[in-house]
Amino acid sequence: MSESVSPLDADAVRAAVDAALAAITSAGDLDELKAVRLAHAGDRSPLALANRAIGGLDASDKAEAGRLMGGARGQVNAALAARQIELEADRDARVLVEESVDVTLPADRSPRGARHPLEVLSERIADVFLAMGWEIAEGPEVEAEWFNFDALNFGIDHPARQMQDTFYVEALDGGTGPSGLVLRTHTSPVQARALLSRELPVYIACPGRTFRTDELDATHTPVFSQVEGLAVDKGLTMAHLRGTLDHFARAMFGPEARTRLRPSFFPFTEPSAEMDLWFPQKKGGAGWIEWGGCGMVNPNVLRSVGVDPDVYTGFAFGMGIERTLMFRHGIADMHDMVEGDVRFSLQFEGVI
Amino acid sequence: MPRVPLSWLAEHVAVAPGTTAESLAAELVRVGLEEEAVHPATVTGPLVVGEVIERTPEPQSNGKTIQWCRVDVGAFNAADDDDADTGAAGPRGIVCGADNFEVGDRVVVALPGAVLPGPFPITARKTYGHVSDGMICSERELGLGEDHNGILVLARLGLDAAPGTDARRLLGLGEDVLEINVTPDRGYCFAMRGIAREYSHATGAAFTDPAVVPAGLPAESAEPIAPTSGAGFAVELDDDAPIHGVAGCDRFVARVVRGVAASAPSPIWMQRRLTQAGMRPISLAVDVTNYVMLDLGQPLHAYDLGRLAAPIVVRRARYDERLTTLDGVERRLHLEDLLITDSPQSRGTRVLGLAGVMGGADSEVTPATTDLLIEAAHFDPVSVARTARRHKLPSEASRRFERGVDPELPRVAADRVVALLLEHGGGTADEAVTDVDRTPPAHTITLPLDLPGRIVGVDYSADVVRATLAEIGCTVVDAPAEVADGEAPGRRDVARPRVVVTVPSWRPDLVMPVDLVEEVARLRGYDAIPSVLPTAPAGRGLTDAQRARRTVARALAAHGFVEVLSYPFVGADAHDRLGIPADDPRRRAVRLANPVSESQPELRTNLLVTLLDTARRNVSRGMTDLALFETGLVVRPEPGTAAAPLLSGGELPSEADLAGLLDAVPPQPRRVAGVLTGLREPGGWWGPGRRADHTDAIEAAVLVGRCLGVSLAATADADHMPWHPGRNVRLTLADGTLVGHAGELHPKVVAALDLPTRAVAFEVDLDAVIAAMPGEPAQATPVSTFPVAKEDIALVVDAGVAVGELLSAVRDGIRSVGDVLEELRVFDVYTGAQVGDGRKSVAFSLRLRAPDRTLTAEETAAVRAAAVAEAGRRFGAVLRS
Repeated sequence: MSESVSPLDADAVRAAVDAALAAITSAGDLDELKAVRLAHAGDRSPLALANRAIGGLDASDKAEAGRLMGGARGQVNAALAARQIELEADRDARVLVEESVDVTLPADRSPRGARHPLEVLSERIADVFLAMGWEIAEGPEVEAEWFNFDALNFGIDHPARQMQDTFYVEALDGGTGPSGLVLRTHTSPVQARALLSRELPVYIACPGRTFRTDELDATHTPVFSQVEGLAVDKGLTMAHLRGTLDHFARAMFGPEARTRLRPSFFPFTEPSAEMDLWFPQKKGGAGWIEWGGCGMVNPNVLRSVGVDPDVYTGFAFGMGIERTLMFRHGIADMHDMVEGDVRFSLQFEGVI
Repeated sequence: MPRVPLSWLAEHVAVAPGTTAESLAAELVRVGLEEEAVHPATVTGPLVVGEVIERTPEPQSNGKTIQWCRVDVGAFNAADDDDADTGAAGPRGIVCGADNFEVGDRVVVALPGAVLPGPFPITARKTYGHVSDGMICSERELGLGEDHNGILVLARLGLDAAPGTDARRLLGLGEDVLEINVTPDRGYCFAMRGIAREYSHATGAAFTDPAVVPAGLPAESAEPIAPTSGAGFAVELDDDAPIHGVAGCDRFVARVVRGVAASAPSPIWMQRRLTQAGMRPISLAVDVTNYVMLDLGQPLHAYDLGRLAAPIVVRRARYDERLTTLDGVERRLHLEDLLITDSPQSRGTRVLGLAGVMGGADSEVTPATTDLLIEAAHFDPVSVARTARRHKLPSEASRRFERGVDPELPRVAADRVVALLLEHGGGTADEAVTDVDRTPPAHTITLPLDLPGRIVGVDYSADVVRATLAEIGCTVVDAPAEVADGEAPGRRDVARPRVVVTVPSWRPDLVMPVDLVEEVARLRGYDAIPSVLPTAPAGRGLTDAQRARRTVARALAAHGFVEVLSYPFVGADAHDRLGIPADDPRRRAVRLANPVSESQPELRTNLLVTLLDTARRNVSRGMTDLALFETGLVVRPEPGTAAAPLLSGGELPSEADLAGLLDAVPPQPRRVAGVLTGLREPGGWWGPGRRADHTDAIEAAVLVGRCLGVSLAATADADHMPWHPGRNVRLTLADGTLVGHAGELHPKVVAALDLPTRAVAFEVDLDAVIAAMPGEPAQATPVSTFPVAKEDIALVVDAGVAVGELLSAVRDGIRSVGDVLEELRVFDVYTGAQVGDGRKSVAFSLRLRAPDRTLTAEETAAVRAAAVAEAGRRFGAVLRS
């Protein structure tokens, strides 16, 4: 750093100013000007130090020194400001142009992630019911037979129990008797669990994984997802079931969607119905497609969980989430949904 | 599932003209009979009646004699060039190989363009020196039967029609046949009788119940069921072990016919109907029993009378009894199997068949049989279902019995069989009829008349309810005012008008009042039900745990991980590949009794075991740069868990039983796991990519905790397969609870799974992390706007000192001075000559800031000194000079 300058030494101040002005003039770009500013106008610059030294002068000299330093610093600052404007203009006119790069080079430096569409769709379905004030209930995948069948009015000899293609669990620890456990064949056991554990009235939806002994092919998979709905309250009717299904269909498939009920049979509902969905985007023309099963909760189910069917009625429904996803997104083959190929999930990076 | 030929259906109900298989399906689905398939007509194209005008035998050089015929096919006659000026058409010339017909016979002609079963398309073709302009058909060529010996002459079937008449319609060959799906409660729809009834419900068409014997028939048939006739073949019902207290057999009708051509072919119309219904015609005796079963719904069995020894005894099997069934399989019988036996030496000693399931080979009708005993019985659905299941022997009979057969049918059905046998096979029937009838009285249900409306939400009037129930065959009478049907008097129900409904014998599924509600709703139409959105009470939204799981999945996806789902099925060898020790708790798996693949009978106890397999599949498909994650349940059975109690439904289990159920279900914690292989960051025009390493796995695992507000500590874990012993960490909660592992996979595992080298993975018990989430809302720290002080410290320590622990020492040292540490990072680790052998230099950058003031140089220096001092105290660290 240069020698210190006395605030009363006009020549020295002049020299410092000249040096500063020369440096300012020769600064070729904004970075150089920044360095010049630090050297000639910064806190430790000769002029700043000289200015600070005014405080130590005799009172009689302060006015003169102040005038001298004020002029000098003003001159330097003005020159800095002017040069700043010049250099910025220069940069805008030339440097930024020279600095331009090929911005069409791919901007894909970070790895891409994605949710599985079945999970995203399950969440979306859950949100529809949450918006109606329903809650989301859950249960285990390895389930007691009682919850999966008996509580739902599938007696041990009921033909429907044989039609469920159930995975049975072996007795633990090498035992030979029945374990009394199965892989749940539907999400319906959550109905019984929810009614046992919750206060009435109950309005719940339950998305979850379910299991049947089907071989994997284009339209079947041994592991699949369902969403179950259950409402138990005073005065519920099939009209309420229908209203709920219509609302759900519109929420999933748009305002033109509607549902149709056909008589059917499920042990845990009476009356029971198959539910068809009017699907405008159906391949080969708009039409009805099977979407799920539903009905009024069978009084025996309510009795199994200690609810008085003379006081409460309820409705329940269930549909396959894979099937829903296949309709909405034109998926022809089940394999893609279950094999865990990243190329499948990455197609659904966006909102479903 | 049953098939419904329209012409057959039309015998019982007035099928609307123009009805097709498709329109029939549309009608039936409204009452709950769903279309399973439409089986297309076996014959398409022009198939017409022709009259033989000329028949000229022409011997051929190969020794055969062909018949050159001129056949009048009416409007389908060929335009004849010779008569071109008149526009008249002449008979067609057709070459035929058979000679069992005469001039004047009317036959079936397939014209060019027709397709016969095979498929066998007909064209005009040149043969034996003529152009054969069509084909005169045999039964077999038309798919009507097995007779290929000669031409089908219509008169021999009792049919006649003018030349040119559509023969497909005449013979019923052009019909598409609807197959319907019958739900388990509608056993009566496994017969034309029931389907016709439902068609009538759907359309209002007039239905004639074929099981009701019309007036005018011989009095014998119309008589009410007689008690067992002493003169009939003796039958004894002797069930000493009823299931659920229900007798295995409560009705047994037997009739005897003698001198019947039992092995002759059945009539062509019957064969055609059986074929349309999907059954193969065999012989008169078999076909007639099948036909009546398909028509009425009553399974029947024909025995060779000459091989029976009275009495027939219906009883349960005894220990070690055996039977060779009709399918030739010798079966060891179960004590619960209900048997039909007879009495060659002593009573009930010889097993004839499994009741309601399948007969035995010993009493089978043979080509020599002329005397038959016809069995029409009613068996307990549960007993039949169990036997069919036990012996893996589903049959047409068992399928019907297990869904419930009308107990009033046996007598009617046996009589129909006898009549058809006599009509088509000659012979005589014994006058005496065996009818052992122990059927219980008809079931009644007391129904509040407003119940259908209250359940369905449609305001059905009392008259509509009564009329609808009558329509399905119920009798409905007013209930006495105080009848309470077993319920306590004084309930509010009692005041409502009620009816006592006697359900028809073919509807064993109608048990409870709501069963009748469904009948009302179904017959009056589900379309009539309005759509009303119910108002649920205000909900609480997702639970914290549900929200947390969404947060974790989104965080990982945003972090560049792709979510996948894998099947939970594994084989024990999968754990071998992961090098998991024999005594490791992860080997303790739940096993399936009937896995999809015998090689994968276990349910996963950890996620990696299946997720790594998914990674391998991706790698094998050429995706080698992977970051996968999965969230799902694993099953961790605990030793000594009792089996779940087997309880019946319909009533609330006791507290102890409920506890037993809940305790028997193995713990199924939800976990999250991830795998990374290849490049974590892609290479590109900017330079090379970066390989995933153990830190990526650890970072992702820690992220799982961090996005839930749970801090996971990572410490070295020397020995936890499938991880590399020197490159993996255990992850613990603040209280020390182990919640997972993360790091590089063991090279043996990587090799065994064919993964790219240096693959890394993590697995975290998500439920445990969620349980550790702070219960209280996070409290904010004010953001200080005072100036930051940046400091760097380089410490030299022994090379063996863990940087993570050195970092803790530095942090603790700083905190001992005051709450001024904003950020502390390791920015360099150096080994080399400048620090000496066995030593390393670790450089830290500090961002210091006080909440309430600008830090002075003295304070900053004190922080540095404290950090260095603590590191020196714990690890002998010295400032790098």
